[in-house]
Amino acid sequence: MKVRADRSAPDPVASPAAVAARAALPPKPRSPFREGIGRLVRNRTAVAGLIIITVFLLMALLAPWLAPRDPLAQALYAKLKPPFWDPAGSFDHLLGTDDFGRDLLSRIIYGSRISMLVGLVSVTISLFFGTFAGAVAGFYGGRLDNLIMRFMDLLLAFPSILLAIVIVAFLGPSLRNAMLAIGVVSIPRYARIVRGSVLEEYGKDYVQGARALGAGDGRLIFHHILPNCLAPLIVQTTLGFASAILEAAALSFLGLGAQPPTPEWGAMLANGRALILRAWWAVTFPGLMILFAVLGFNLLGDGLRDALDPRLRD
Amino acid sequence: MVQGSMANDLVVLEGLKKYYPMTGGVFRRQVGTVKAVDGIDLAIRRGETLGLVGESGCGKSTLGRLILRLEPPTAGTVEFDGQNVLKLSARAMRPLRKRLQIIFQDPYSSLNPRQTIGRIIGEGLVIHRVGSPAERRERVRELMDLVGLRPEQINRYPHEFSGGQRQRIGVARALALNPDLIICDEPVSALDVSIQAQVLNLLMDLQDQFQLTYLFVSHDLSVVRHISDRVAVMYLGRLVELAAKQQLYSQPLHPYTQALLAAAPKPDPDSPKQREHLAGDLPSPLSPPTGCHFHPRCPRVMPICRDQIPAFKEQQPHHWVRCFLHRQDTQSE
Repeated sequence: MKVRADRSAPDPVASPAAVAARAALPPKPRSPFREGIGRLVRNRTAVAGLIIITVFLLMALLAPWLAPRDPLAQALYAKLKPPFWDPAGSFDHLLGTDDFGRDLLSRIIYGSRISMLVGLVSVTISLFFGTFAGAVAGFYGGRLDNLIMRFMDLLLAFPSILLAIVIVAFLGPSLRNAMLAIGVVSIPRYARIVRGSVLEEYGKDYVQGARALGAGDGRLIFHHILPNCLAPLIVQTTLGFASAILEAAALSFLGLGAQPPTPEWGAMLANGRALILRAWWAVTFPGLMILFAVLGFNLLGDGLRDALDPRLRD
Repeated sequence: MVQGSMANDLVVLEGLKKYYPMTGGVFRRQVGTVKAVDGIDLAIRRGETLGLVGESGCGKSTLGRLILRLEPPTAGTVEFDGQNVLKLSARAMRPLRKRLQIIFQDPYSSLNPRQTIGRIIGEGLVIHRVGSPAERRERVRELMDLVGLRPEQINRYPHEFSGGQRQRIGVARALALNPDLIICDEPVSALDVSIQAQVLNLLMDLQDQFQLTYLFVSHDLSVVRHISDRVAVMYLGRLVELAAKQQLYSQPLHPYTQALLAAAPKPDPDSPKQREHLAGDLPSPLSPPTGCHFHPRCPRVMPICRDQIPAFKEQQPHHWVRCFLHRQDTQSE
């Protein structure tokens, strides 16, 4: 490489004040990402959400070790046992049993695996396709933009749970199809967010500067524009986990998601619905689980929004 | 004909136009056209600094972007070193991209906030696959040293720098590929006056060292006077005057240039206040005045100015002006 050896005149900014100011700079370079993490840790709601989510993640990962019993094992002699604090309950089944005598606590613990999986798979689907569609629409604009976004409007025009029901009805009820349906249904949310951010970033000089250097479209999108659209996307992804878990529970409740005997919270809710007067615990505990999981992701999402959104800074 | 075209010209613009369609209403019908750049003929000589001045919205920044082909022009040609830039495919354009660079006005939006200074300055080297990663890093350090930044700061992020330092980063990025032409799009307008001088001096030093050619876009007459060799004055998408710096500042021929110079603040408090005030605002480029665009604000307007567009003519040697006051005959475009 050709290297120019000549040096410029003495550094014009090397005044004593400037030198002092430089010395005051933090010793380590702080990336915008790190600063976001710092703000997140100081945000109490976000930390609360993070703790809840961590508990659920650990529960899902360690289910075989945490669960006292096999979640599928039936014990008809011990059916509809109440939780341990009830006079009729026992420490054999801490949270009681359902109408097949299955241990509710074990089923709930295993259920967290399903919910986390649903969140992960459906959010991955919608994140991937939504980001792609939004980036292409925002970057290229014109007819392509119109085509993509009108299709997204079409998807948005249906209530999402209804659309998910249609998709599952078409593909057949199963957990896999429910995840797919939930993923597809939430694509427009991501596409809209990404498109908006791409449009905003595209007009900025640093993108034009990279173009002037000869950067291709791929480089502009992936190296310059998308990294600067991450903040709203991370927030939406976290909130997307919450709604995916909720929607999966709803689909399972309707019998369109996880099939019996899978220990899915929504399905457990549906199963216990008929017993609500005789065995309140069979509906209450799965319901609380859904509540806390969704709450955890929502709290984290809101905290992330506060921490990452540049418009809310300072 | 392009004024004073010679083999010495690095950039030649001919009949360059950029019209933006204005759409309105539910069905996005075209309701008008903004003629941001309306027929510019201009040559930039190798090694010179050509100042381009005009009010906000007169199309001077658009002109710079057209030369870089960041936007496609509506009509006209851009010739760079004998090659018609507009006819090249994106692939054939790549080698030329190394030779054409830009420095932006806003030192905040012009640097990617998520990249380190090292990546920002070295990006052009990566794109054009210059050298190995280690060599590129060495080159980046060298460039940082060249523009007065400490090479140790290579891993820092843009938000840790002041406006003046950021502008130096922008200069280093523009220099990375050893360009011939740098479009300076109001590079000091966003900076404090004390920092402006530092950056201007840096640009002038670099020009001497590397034989750079600048198109220096600005609305600040004193800055342009400091740095330019020749100065072009633009009004509503058209050039109205072009001359060597001394010539233009001492004997402006166009009433608009005269008004601009008269309106510029002078540091001497005793200087006589004989200001020719420019009445009115810049007319909307959506519906520019007929004839000479300047006639509604011109203190010396004549009947002909309302109907006909004056030609851009070489009134004195190397001094071009677009005004009927200086016609020898009634010829017009």
